[in-house]
Amino acid sequence: MKQALRRILALAVKELLAVLKDRKSRIILVVPPLLQLFVFGYAASFDLNDIPVAIYNEDRGAASRELVARIVGSPHFHLHSHLDQDGQVAALIDTREVLIVLHLGERFSSALYSGDTAPVQVIIDGRNSNTALLVQGYLRDIVTEFNLQWSRRNGRPPPLAMLQVRPWFNSNLVSRWFIVPGIVGLLALVVTTIVTALSVAREREAGTFDQLLVTPMRPVEILIGKSFPGLLIGLLQGSFILLMAVYWFEVPFRGSLGGLYIGMILFILSAVGIGLMISSLAVTQQQGMLGAFLFLVPAVILSGFATPIANMPEAVQWLTCINPLRYFLVILRGVFLEGSSSAILLPYYWPMGVIALVTLSLAGWMFRHRMN
Amino acid sequence: MHAEMAPLPALAIDGVSKCFVAGDKRITALSETSLQVQAGKISGLIGPDGAGKTTLMRLTAGLLLPDSGQIRVLGVDAVSDPLQVQSAVGYMPQRFGLYEDLSVQENLDLYADLQGVPKAERPARYRELMQMTALAPFTRRLAGRLSGGMKQKLGLACTLVRTPRLLLLDEPTVGVDPVSRRELWAIITRLVRQQGVSVLLSTAYLNEAERCDDVILMQEGRMLGHDSPKSYSESMRGRTFHISSSALARRSLQNRVSALQGIIDAVIENEKVRVVTSRAEMPAIASAVPEATDIRIEPAEPVFEDAFVARLKSTAAVTGAWLPPGHVVAAAAGPVIQVTDVQRRFGDFYAVRDVSFSVQRGEVFGLLGANGAGKSTTFRMLCGLLPASAGELRVAGRDLRRAAADARSRLGYMAQHFSLYVNLTVLENLNFFARAYGLDRSRRKRRIAWALEAFELADHAGIDSGDLSLGYKQRLAMAAALLHEPDILFLDEPTSGVDPLARREFWQRINALAESGVTVLVTTHFMDEADYCDRLLIMAEGEVLAQGTPAEMKAHFRSEALPAPTMEDAFIGLIERHAQNKGVAA
Amino acid sequence: MKQGAAMRMRLRGMIRKESLQVLRDPSSIAIAFVMPLVLLLLFGYGVSLDARYVRIALVVEQADANTAGFTGAFAHSDYFVPQLYNNIQQAEQALMEHRVDGIVWLRNDFSARLLTGGAAPIGVFVNGVDANQSRITKGYIQGVWQVWLAGYAREQGQEPAEPVALEPRVWFNAALRSRDFLVPGLIAVIMTLTGAMLTSMVVAREWERGTMEALMVTPIRIWEITLGKLLPYFVLGMGGMLLSVAMALWLFEVPLRGSFWLLAGSSALFMLVALGMGLLISTVARSQFVAGQIALVATFLPAFILSGFIFQIGSMPEPVRVITHIVPARYFVAILQTLFMAGDIWPVIAANSAALFVMMLLFLGLVRRKARKRLD
Repeated sequence: MKQALRRILALAVKELLAVLKDRKSRIILVVPPLLQLFVFGYAASFDLNDIPVAIYNEDRGAASRELVARIVGSPHFHLHSHLDQDGQVAALIDTREVLIVLHLGERFSSALYSGDTAPVQVIIDGRNSNTALLVQGYLRDIVTEFNLQWSRRNGRPPPLAMLQVRPWFNSNLVSRWFIVPGIVGLLALVVTTIVTALSVAREREAGTFDQLLVTPMRPVEILIGKSFPGLLIGLLQGSFILLMAVYWFEVPFRGSLGGLYIGMILFILSAVGIGLMISSLAVTQQQGMLGAFLFLVPAVILSGFATPIANMPEAVQWLTCINPLRYFLVILRGVFLEGSSSAILLPYYWPMGVIALVTLSLAGWMFRHRMN
Repeated sequence: MHAEMAPLPALAIDGVSKCFVAGDKRITALSETSLQVQAGKISGLIGPDGAGKTTLMRLTAGLLLPDSGQIRVLGVDAVSDPLQVQSAVGYMPQRFGLYEDLSVQENLDLYADLQGVPKAERPARYRELMQMTALAPFTRRLAGRLSGGMKQKLGLACTLVRTPRLLLLDEPTVGVDPVSRRELWAIITRLVRQQGVSVLLSTAYLNEAERCDDVILMQEGRMLGHDSPKSYSESMRGRTFHISSSALARRSLQNRVSALQGIIDAVIENEKVRVVTSRAEMPAIASAVPEATDIRIEPAEPVFEDAFVARLKSTAAVTGAWLPPGHVVAAAAGPVIQVTDVQRRFGDFYAVRDVSFSVQRGEVFGLLGANGAGKSTTFRMLCGLLPASAGELRVAGRDLRRAAADARSRLGYMAQHFSLYVNLTVLENLNFFARAYGLDRSRRKRRIAWALEAFELADHAGIDSGDLSLGYKQRLAMAAALLHEPDILFLDEPTSGVDPLARREFWQRINALAESGVTVLVTTHFMDEADYCDRLLIMAEGEVLAQGTPAEMKAHFRSEALPAPTMEDAFIGLIERHAQNKGVAA
Repeated sequence: MKQGAAMRMRLRGMIRKESLQVLRDPSSIAIAFVMPLVLLLLFGYGVSLDARYVRIALVVEQADANTAGFTGAFAHSDYFVPQLYNNIQQAEQALMEHRVDGIVWLRNDFSARLLTGGAAPIGVFVNGVDANQSRITKGYIQGVWQVWLAGYAREQGQEPAEPVALEPRVWFNAALRSRDFLVPGLIAVIMTLTGAMLTSMVVAREWERGTMEALMVTPIRIWEITLGKLLPYFVLGMGGMLLSVAMALWLFEVPLRGSFWLLAGSSALFMLVALGMGLLISTVARSQFVAGQIALVATFLPAFILSGFIFQIGSMPEPVRVITHIVPARYFVAILQTLFMAGDIWPVIAANSAALFVMMLLFLGLVRRKARKRLD
């Protein structure tokens, strides 16, 4: 037993050295994750700023000017140009010069003063339907606010019922607060899977695997030793991005750190299991890489990282149940934004625990099976 | 050719230097080298690892730019006009890149297109090449499914698809079994003699030097000599001897003799020990080996190898008391390795069929065969890397089926290619393997200290093992295999690609181990190494062809035409006889 | 033999060799056809921004005809799956436990204030963690509220009281199907990866298998090697492109409003850019493993995030916006989204094609400079 422990420890140390001593693999462990963190953190956002807008205002009244000023003055919009005829609209939208054109008719002010409803036509480039939807939301907020104040000032009755919208956990609806905690899970998954998926193939290719197999190490010992670096590196990278999320991107951290780490360990264990399964099948590093890629791409897309699982077809939604990232993302966002405690996260812990158990034992079985 | 014109050399290299930068290190591959290769001859390029042979070839082919100096190939400047050089030379790199997913014919077509061979000339040329290489029956086969020797011949055929005026061959026979090697040489010789092609080839097999017209001897980027093989060997006349004694086994004799002053080299050759001395006088060894009462010393005919060793090596013995004192493996009751009717199937294919043999304690046992004969499979089964389909394998008294881990703790293993962790340092590698074999702290310390000293690795302890030279890599691999003091040592082509000097040192260590009672099982392509073994097993197509001592094997092939057959003659004879029998049976 | 004839022979030999290898080695076929197929299926079905079936908790503290009218409006909406609660604590608990995505809360004085004309407050809480989805949810709720409000006022015989009303007209995608814009963008992303993978891996393979050295000592010129590799993989890549377009049209039912030939032409241009990128990678990386890694990192991620395929480039921070200009997929995304959804809008297509052309010259020019028939 003591000998076995010594052997496992020796292998774990060797594995870590092998990964960390190589300059190339050190770079691979550090640079792409940092790059991805910044690219995702800064570029991957659905929030819209500086949307180019053209105004076609045929009305000469002060009311229309006020409304236009409110829209153009908002940080979401940016005035591209004033139009003076209808014919200019199509060209601007077609060529993507502007995303929207606001058209206020000649009778805008007079309708407003006479107590009628004054229409504002909004022409939106729908080539990106999500943007088109969001722009309408921004405009509606501005107009609603305008309406309220106009009614108050001009003695018009307020609407019969008013919506008082309060988003929980993220009151300004900042996309970054959603994306950045997700990156912790995303990158931890990528690094853990790749490190473990390639570990056996690398030795097979270098010819060192036979040398390892002729030592008295048993397959299970080799497997345990090989899972260490993935576990450790995954945890380290996850923790580093966690710190970056809190201190660099300033995402609020409201829940329990312990609860988060329970999740992270279970999550990384399941990633190690999957990585080792790939490892036991792959003969070359290329196959290992391909296997990791084949697992990672669907795992990321079908996790709810960027787009919600609820929008997927039902069959695909069922498929996501075996995806450990799906659960860990809920835990991450829960702990960061919702202040979740470990008790409330229990329904997300146990599926990852089951996945880890199944993948690790499968990996062990496949490994032994392949040896013979 | 007009007599009054001095023939233009095929290759003229003048003051060429070439450095490579690897990381922060600067490696000089060639320094201030000048040489000429005569047209219409075979010039051999010989030297240990890192001599600069491959760099010289690549410079000649216009694939590298020299740092300084001039290279003229067939009168053309290779630096300024590489394309013209490339359309006149044929070059076969060490690993000739055949497209393994193309057939033999498609590979030939590609190179014919690239070399601009006119369509009309092709059928005749192909026929000639296929006949020469005996590949005609396989033109539709994918190159990837040819044997190693056949691939090498196809590579040569592709290089020859347009007859080049200068043929560059970089170690064309490395890793090729003796039968294929002999065929390759026949092709090359015929080309030169019949078509007047000039050939420059490098090789690690010293006995191939004798087949060259000229030998260029290189070391560490410098040329040491350029002469005919005959002149090299003549320079050694009077310094080579055969020593034998019936009272002392040849290995013990060799061990003792090699430690003496004035002896540069001592190797086993047939039943005797071949000795090269530093001066032209009879060695005084009788006093050094008192127990060898009937010692006989007779002059031997010098060969190229003697000159090679004499020029590149100063001392014969592995320095220092190599094995720790008192290192003796306890006597075993029965055979240490016992193989009984072992089979290994891959699907319907029998890689190994009904193989039986046994090896005694302290024996050096050789496993020989052509590429694909099943020796690697047998070897892997013995190491417990591959289970047998049928039969019984016992190693150190344990059945591999039941107590594999236990058996593994008793054996040391050295793989064909360097198989330690290249990005770990020497010390980290040793530390890992010591722990992997479960050595406790004090034993670990003692053994690692021993390994560093005995293999002269102490100065390199902090260097990544991948940066070591091939010779040191091999030392490290052996040190790692010996850390746990195994009773049995498995060596899979341990000297493949290793230069002749490192091979000598390696075998001295093996001999010392065998003397102390360690059992050694070894596979090899070098026939002189087969001679070093106590007993041999020769395999072909998964079956045992012959088993016995080297002397017994050779005795089968003694005839009037061949009064002193070498191990190579015996090996090729056995393979040919087997092929004939198969032909008759079919 | 004449120079020209020898050159044509070499080139033909290279092309035939590459084509044979493509046919024999399933991996390039897999990259060209299976990868786009799988990725397009996965993304096409897996990635959707259309919030449907939003689970909403309707808290009605005192039920009557007015609240019934309001909740009825939610029940009739396609976007919501309403769940009724009668106290706010339970609904909040449900929101905390992710059983609902939002709460609409009608307090017990709702009807009373509605009748007295005094801006009856309706509390709306959404889970703001996913900012994009909550915005969309919020928009849907506002939509339901406006429709209900107008209907209620009409019932009561009142004029709609709203001073300003927005009349949105969404061009090109009136139904706001996210798939219509995601799928063309995806084609650009996937083709970037496919093109770069194809060429980067095959040149690296020659280095790895040692065939490059043998190739180099033949009289072949470096641009002949390059061209010999480019052509077969161009055909293969265009095959993959055709497959993707076919899937977009018939599987995902994305309309193609522009002309097919313009699509084919710009795709060919883009394929050359992607293949050129792969060739450039392969002059740096000499192992398939490294080449594959670089191709993945250098093409896939930028194409995904920085091409404007899903995230609006105009809303990114200035430095990031500058970087997007060197992402070729950016131009192709613009072309594809326009061709599929808007039609042959020449200014967009011409400007972006010109940018692609410059990138092609850039990459192939760099390949020309970097690739040498030397080993060092």
